[in-house]
Amino acid sequence: MSTLAEVAKLIRSKNAGPFWLTLDVMFDDRQTYEAVRDQHVLSVELISRLYMQPRECVRVFAHDAAMAIKVSIPRPHSSGSPMDTDVFGGQQYAPLLDLAVEFPRHQGHK
Amino acid sequence: MLEPLPVLSATGMLGSGFREESIYRALDLGVRMIGCDAGTTDFGPHLLATGDSQFSRAAVKRDTSIILAAAVRAGIPLVIGSAGGAGGDVNLEWMRRVLLETAREQGLHFRLALIHAEQSKDKVRELMRQGRVLPLPPSEPLSDFAVDEALHIVAMMGAEPVQAALDSAQVVLAGRSSDAAIYSALPLKLGYASAVCWHAAKILECGAAAVAQRAAPDSMVAVLHSDSFDVFPMRDDYRCTPQSIASHTLYENVDPFHLVEPSGILNTLESEYVAIDNRAVNVSGSTFELAERYGVKIEGARLVGYSTIILGAIRDPLIIRQLDNWLERLDENLKERLRNTVGDAAQHQITARIYGRDGVMGALEPRKTIEGHEVMVLWDVISASQGLSHSIAASLSHLAVHNPIPEWDGLISGVAFPFAPSEVDRGPVYEFHLNHVVYPDSPTSLFPTDYESV
Repeated sequence: MSTLAEVAKLIRSKNAGPFWLTLDVMFDDRQTYEAVRDQHVLSVELISRLYMQPRECVRVFAHDAAMAIKVSIPRPHSSGSPMDTDVFGGQQYAPLLDLAVEFPRHQGHK
Repeated sequence: MLEPLPVLSATGMLGSGFREESIYRALDLGVRMIGCDAGTTDFGPHLLATGDSQFSRAAVKRDTSIILAAAVRAGIPLVIGSAGGAGGDVNLEWMRRVLLETAREQGLHFRLALIHAEQSKDKVRELMRQGRVLPLPPSEPLSDFAVDEALHIVAMMGAEPVQAALDSAQVVLAGRSSDAAIYSALPLKLGYASAVCWHAAKILECGAAAVAQRAAPDSMVAVLHSDSFDVFPMRDDYRCTPQSIASHTLYENVDPFHLVEPSGILNTLESEYVAIDNRAVNVSGSTFELAERYGVKIEGARLVGYSTIILGAIRDPLIIRQLDNWLERLDENLKERLRNTVGDAAQHQITARIYGRDGVMGALEPRKTIEGHEVMVLWDVISASQGLSHSIAASLSHLAVHNPIPEWDGLISGVAFPFAPSEVDRGPVYEFHLNHVVYPDSPTSLFPTDYESV
């Protein structure tokens, strides 16, 4: 068992325009990427729970060529508005770091 | 058969910098145009609201002087999009003055096009009445009230207004534009396939951001072919990999496979990214689906009020463990105080952000507990005037520092203010309040263009 933070090359978040937040989890080897993708570590259900968003607002994409899983959710407040806490949306990925990934044997770990 | 068409992106944002030699290197490769994005919504709504530039005049002028001289001397077009930051008329005029100043200093002569993207409220109301304005998720339908409140409204142009300007101008300063339209306009005009133009433009829009490891902003070149394009950086120590280029569709996009432009959608589901050598990548297989209706995004910013902030830190574990109750009691005390001073009718909003708990993620924070031994409270008071916000904040900070807890008998000083005065006036604060698409008469109808000889 590993955490997403241990096996990912990069986990980041950023605005996708002022009204959306997008989270990218990127890998540098195909085996690890496919394990995360195929185990649905980042499922719509999980993101919906973790980020307290209705399921229909959560979008999850598996990008094989980029070896990345992408998650997009609406921002609770538009970027730079009085209630916003993160103008670039750059520090919204921490809840993803400890998600568990299982490997068949000791494969694909950093 | 179309000739290979090399196109240069100077950098991801005008004023963020690039190495001068990167531009000359690209000229040696025979690039047929230079493009540069000059704006973004990333920094917040204030650039659109005020007309300010994010980067200093000196920083923007330095970048502009190099690419303008390079383009004029090489006899190739220069396209600068989202001029001046937000691409409104104030931003555009600011950028025009910077450009004219450096042109004069360097003795450069050319035909200049200025494409306006600012929209009058009357125009937006008229489009609204005609049912030509629809909300984009997660926003509500546009209201008259929202239009009235807007300080500035811009529409995000596609490639067509830039193409039209290139008919008679060598240098194009465009107001708010789709980042990719800066780079797709010329190749589309020359007959290159839409999918190739838009996908190459999508990579170019951020300059060297799509390299594997970027140390500082710099330039990127794409060479367009009839059914694919190559992309590579100008700096020797940068390299593009199939993964770095494929990953760029992730950056700042909601959906990496369907990239929406005014004229249609770039579909990258079947795109193939192949290494040409250790620093260049070939991209093929993308498709472009024409939209049923040509639609442009509009952006608007409104004034929310005037803000005064207070930073206050707490170290006493007895206060920290009852922080929510302590804040609630403070709120009650403040309400009573304000009734006696500014009056009940004085509309205001106070938020307290707790750093050390959920200051960074706010409503999205799943761990709402305090695990450290100190917290920072950031109070933000917003009202209709700076004077009122300051007055409320002054009462708030004074009540906060002596706000009691049952565990201690007598007058306490429970907040450590790092600054004196502890109230900091932040001036007017704004928010983006338009997130809509409009369906204009034609791709160019919202974007009038002025021409001048420099």
